[in-house]
Amino acid sequence: MKTRATFFRKTKDSLMRAFSGFATSMALVLMAWVIFTIVREGHSSISAELFLNASKPFGEVGGGIANALLGTVMITAGAAALALPPALAAGIWLAEFGKDSLLARAARFTVNVMMGVPSVIVGLFAYGVLVTTTGHFSGFAGSFSLAILMFPVVVRTTEDQFSGIGDALRESLLALGASRARSTLTVIWRAARSGVVTGVLLAVARVSGETAPLLFTALFADTWPTSYFSGPTPSAPVLITSYTMDSPFESMHRIGWSAALTMAVILLAVNITARYFGAKRAAKRK
Amino acid sequence: MQKKKYKIETKRLNFFYGDHQALFDNDLSIEANKITAVIGPSGCGKSTHLRVYNRIFELHRGQRAEGEVFIDGKDILDPGIDLLDLRRRVGMIFQKPTPFPMSVFDNVAYPIRLHFKASQKEIAERVENALRGAALWDEVKDKLRESGQALSGGQQQRLCIARAIAAEPEILLMDEPTSAIDPVGTLKIEELMDRLRERFTIVIVTHNMQQASRISDTTAFFYKGSIVEVGPTKLIFTNPRNKQTEDYVSGRFG
Amino acid sequence: MRRILDTDTAFRWFCKAGAIVGLAVAIALVAVILMESMLALRTAGFSLVFSAEWNPADGSFGAAGALAGTAATTLLALLMAVPLAFAAALFVNAAPPNVAVPVAHALDLLAAIPSVIYGMWGLFVLCPLLQSVLSRFGIEYTGFGLAPSSLVLALMVLPYVSAVMRDVLAQTPVALVESAMGVGCTRWEATWDVVVRSRKAGLLGAIMIGLGRALGETMAVLFVCGGVSAIPTGLLDGCTTIAATLANDFAEADGVHKSALFALGGILLAFEFAIQATTIPLIGRRSKK
Repeated sequence: MKTRATFFRKTKDSLMRAFSGFATSMALVLMAWVIFTIVREGHSSISAELFLNASKPFGEVGGGIANALLGTVMITAGAAALALPPALAAGIWLAEFGKDSLLARAARFTVNVMMGVPSVIVGLFAYGVLVTTTGHFSGFAGSFSLAILMFPVVVRTTEDQFSGIGDALRESLLALGASRARSTLTVIWRAARSGVVTGVLLAVARVSGETAPLLFTALFADTWPTSYFSGPTPSAPVLITSYTMDSPFESMHRIGWSAALTMAVILLAVNITARYFGAKRAAKRK
Repeated sequence: MQKKKYKIETKRLNFFYGDHQALFDNDLSIEANKITAVIGPSGCGKSTHLRVYNRIFELHRGQRAEGEVFIDGKDILDPGIDLLDLRRRVGMIFQKPTPFPMSVFDNVAYPIRLHFKASQKEIAERVENALRGAALWDEVKDKLRESGQALSGGQQQRLCIARAIAAEPEILLMDEPTSAIDPVGTLKIEELMDRLRERFTIVIVTHNMQQASRISDTTAFFYKGSIVEVGPTKLIFTNPRNKQTEDYVSGRFG
Repeated sequence: MRRILDTDTAFRWFCKAGAIVGLAVAIALVAVILMESMLALRTAGFSLVFSAEWNPADGSFGAAGALAGTAATTLLALLMAVPLAFAAALFVNAAPPNVAVPVAHALDLLAAIPSVIYGMWGLFVLCPLLQSVLSRFGIEYTGFGLAPSSLVLALMVLPYVSAVMRDVLAQTPVALVESAMGVGCTRWEATWDVVVRSRKAGLLGAIMIGLGRALGETMAVLFVCGGVSAIPTGLLDGCTTIAATLANDFAEADGVHKSALFALGGILLAFEFAIQATTIPLIGRRSKK
């Protein structure tokens, strides 16, 4: 029987290798392009006033983004305050107590499904729960929606980190006579801590850039975020949206780009730091 | 005395995992249509040595071989060699059975389609021959369309042997082929090897000394990356020249 | 002795309460969306899905255009992103660590950039670019619609799909790759014929994750889709998606209009649920990056 020439097979192999290199560089080039654009368009308007002044009403020239940045910090911090206690508790419960019980499996499934719920839908829900009932938009409603987005991510990391700890440690603690609560909260927490912190940081960074749910809840205001519980609260992502997509004015576009640059720098910094420490810890474990 | 014709001749083979040297100046000549057993304690380099013959080690970063390995008089460590053709001519069976995620038929047909221009009918004939050659045909002829991964461990390993011989190799490398197989499956594979000897040159790495003494014609004893002793299997197991070999085959260490 | 037992029980119940909160929120989410959509479901009924006439001013709420736009942008985005993501995953898995690690990190960071920024980039860079390129060929184009929407979505989805594929491929048993190469495969043949087949479920899961993200993405699409509620018929047509319609219309909506938006959200939620429910068994337990 005749053998096939290997030339074409080898050529195909080389072509596929070249394509995978090309695909990777294309992804990296696009990413560089996006970042380059933000830097190019955003850096010129960066100034002290930008970070000290509140934004001005639509159409007025000048103004800063300080109120929006502060609002983002408040809304995100509020989200963390709402989401972290139940999320950490749920993660610990799944890993330490729930294991494979019916409730645990149901909760795990729900958490997995919640991970895929689009942020607009969460915005709709938060509107239905907090805006319709109270009759006004608020920063708090924004926090509520971001908290729902954070919740499943934190539950998942916490469970992964806690169940990654060997049963040997658990058993030796209980053998020493420590209570379950005590051993979990002290020794096991210390072992899982850095992994959980990395996961939480990434989750916080992720939701702080969310825009869609805030359009349904916190809305925007050209004032300082003084009415977090009772009225529209500014945020950086919504400022970016209304200053670029909704505005024909070049001067507003500039401010929008600066806000985008600021957000990108902060988020990339948080991501890199969190991943760096996460990786260092993983290397130490090995 | 007439000079023997060898199928594989290894000369001064050295092997490195990064900075760590694993093989030291291996010289080994392997006769055609014989079974050569490679034995030695774990970590002695016997698998490493085997993995040079089809250059499969090149898959892994940092692994490198130096020296010469002649197959039919051609140095296969020469960078100009056609690797795909080399691996067709030198089949390999691994420790764990690795059926491909496809049907029993396609597992065996895969290397045929890869290397030969064949009609559907020719492929079907060849698959049947290979499965018969691997003593598996009677057990699988009614489930050729079922997944190869659904067979038993011993059957999977024979499927891998069928897959290897379907490519019409000249040499079969077996890296502890029965260490993950139950005793009944092992027996079948050993019987099969005895028949395969007529058509192929077989090199088998094994840590099972009974197996080596039962099936092989020649045995090479490896220790710490060096070949300590090579000779007819009977001699190695009854009257080794080297003290280390004697200790190992008599079970005093290893 | 009793006291230890009491704190222990309290701690256990506190933790359990966390899990129950999660379940309750999820149920409430479905309930609220459903309740708020009732009005639209009663008045508009099936025309919500089958009519493409979306005109809130005279009370017609046919979202077939948004549904078609969602399907079209998502499919086109995946068509572009999946092969690239797969190829990039292969590259990272085959490259030496000193190249692979930084590249993998860079791709992960691509996923950390908020979607508004992708939207802005699309609006100010991609749309004008498409417009000027096409005008060179004598084609007049607004710059908005299906083409830029799916391009931006593809760029956003790529790092997610690629990261999951990378993990899935890295779990391939070495012995399987070696035996494929052992019968004389090229690297590509071993990958395509053997590795991909054996990792089929996981790779499909990766695509599903991309599908889920693309379906629900709001801001990036909102910036570049053009907000046209008709069914798009060509790549250069303006379009909209369910998510973009929600974000765009909600501020001015009330009554049936608002309820119709909730109903659209419910449809999107149902799709996402179906996707998640099929994805979970495919890729098992893994953390999303």
